[in-house]
Amino acid sequence: MTKKASVTVSHRRLGREFVRKVKELSGQNLQLCYQCGMCTGNCPAAVNMDVSPRRIIELARLGLEEEIAGSKTVWVCASCLACTVNCPRGFDLSKVMEAIRLLALRKNVDRVRPEDVAPEQRCDLPQIAMVSGLRKFTG
Amino acid sequence: MNLAYYPGCTLKTRARNLEEPAVASMEALGLKLDELPRWNCCGAVYSLAEDDLIHKVAPVRNLIRVRKQGASELVTLCAFCLNTLKRANLLMKGDAEKRDTLNDFIDEGIAYRGEVKVVHLLEVLRDEIGWGILAGKVRLPLRQLRLAPYYGCTLLRPREVAIDNPENPTVLGEFLKALGASPVDFPESTRCCGSYQVMNSPDAITEYARPIFNSASSHGAEALVLTCPLCDYNLGRGQRELAKKQGGFKEMPLFYFTQLLALALGLSPHVCHFELNHGSPESLLREKDLLPRVESVQPIGG
Repeated sequence: MTKKASVTVSHRRLGREFVRKVKELSGQNLQLCYQCGMCTGNCPAAVNMDVSPRRIIELARLGLEEEIAGSKTVWVCASCLACTVNCPRGFDLSKVMEAIRLLALRKNVDRVRPEDVAPEQRCDLPQIAMVSGLRKFTG
Repeated sequence: MNLAYYPGCTLKTRARNLEEPAVASMEALGLKLDELPRWNCCGAVYSLAEDDLIHKVAPVRNLIRVRKQGASELVTLCAFCLNTLKRANLLMKGDAEKRDTLNDFIDEGIAYRGEVKVVHLLEVLRDEIGWGILAGKVRLPLRQLRLAPYYGCTLLRPREVAIDNPENPTVLGEFLKALGASPVDFPESTRCCGSYQVMNSPDAITEYARPIFNSASSHGAEALVLTCPLCDYNLGRGQRELAKKQGGFKEMPLFYFTQLLALALGLSPHVCHFELNHGSPESLLREKDLLPRVESVQPIGG
């Protein structure tokens, strides 16, 4: 028996505006991807993701914003660029991940609030962790 | 000869054990690292969004200062700083519209076009000094030390800023050979340590560290060699957690490449600040007879 597709695509759900914004912010041609899965295979964080990196590209180009917003994948990505250097199509997924993060952060909702970091953690973390983390997780 | 040098924030506090041995070693090699008289944080991560120019101001401002003081090359020690400065420089070279906007905004009276060459200290050692000459300056060969070169991400990715082949880097291994050590190849040498995820999901750091340490130790490494203060923090913290959780897991010393350079050049271990390292590197060095005895400093009586 063929497995049922878990995503329903219809013209009513396609977020054209979302696709446009992702393309604009990432500068990437989403249609370049041929879904080979090299990105997922090389991702050291894929094991902690609920939606694989390969699938994020597919959801993004279909404009399925809700599915992406409901997933933790872009927040688990560490921008290590293992996907980027291994993509046979020259597609830069790290820029798409960043675009999706920014579309959420620019609504003025921070993923990490400095005041929520425990004081002992704040003393322990080096500047490089604080600066890079707050750059990636706040708007 | 002097080289314009950009330290970055963490090297002045938590990663003094990366900076101080580098400054002392380069002086011994006759290429003095000349810290920029004025510099600001580079922003740590390079902004990946097309419309985000404000986060490029910080790295570009540093590059303009280098240009203004007449230098043509900028040396970095921190892998994150290298990546951010080098990517910002490429933008200034290749995108005329964004370059003009940034120059207008920064308003330093100079039309910067990406003229400064941003390099990592490993590139200076490889391309300007050479492994043969470096090997000739070694006074304390690091014999019998089996070291795993750990590159992480930012020295090698993306391709356009890589200091070596992103798939098969050899620069750290060649550096270690020049110092007389035995580099240990291991497949996880370019795997991410978790990077800034330590802020969002600190518990995941252990899982990033696990395959790196398992792979290095199963290939016979006695210690890991690093270039990045964030790798140092994440791997140090990761292995401490692993040792608590997993019976039989043995913590491994973490070295910065500059500490090994200073040691091999015969400089005092004081400049290496081993007290800031994770995984007790001094015990390993003592075991291998590689830690010169230093007269302890007597406190001045009152």
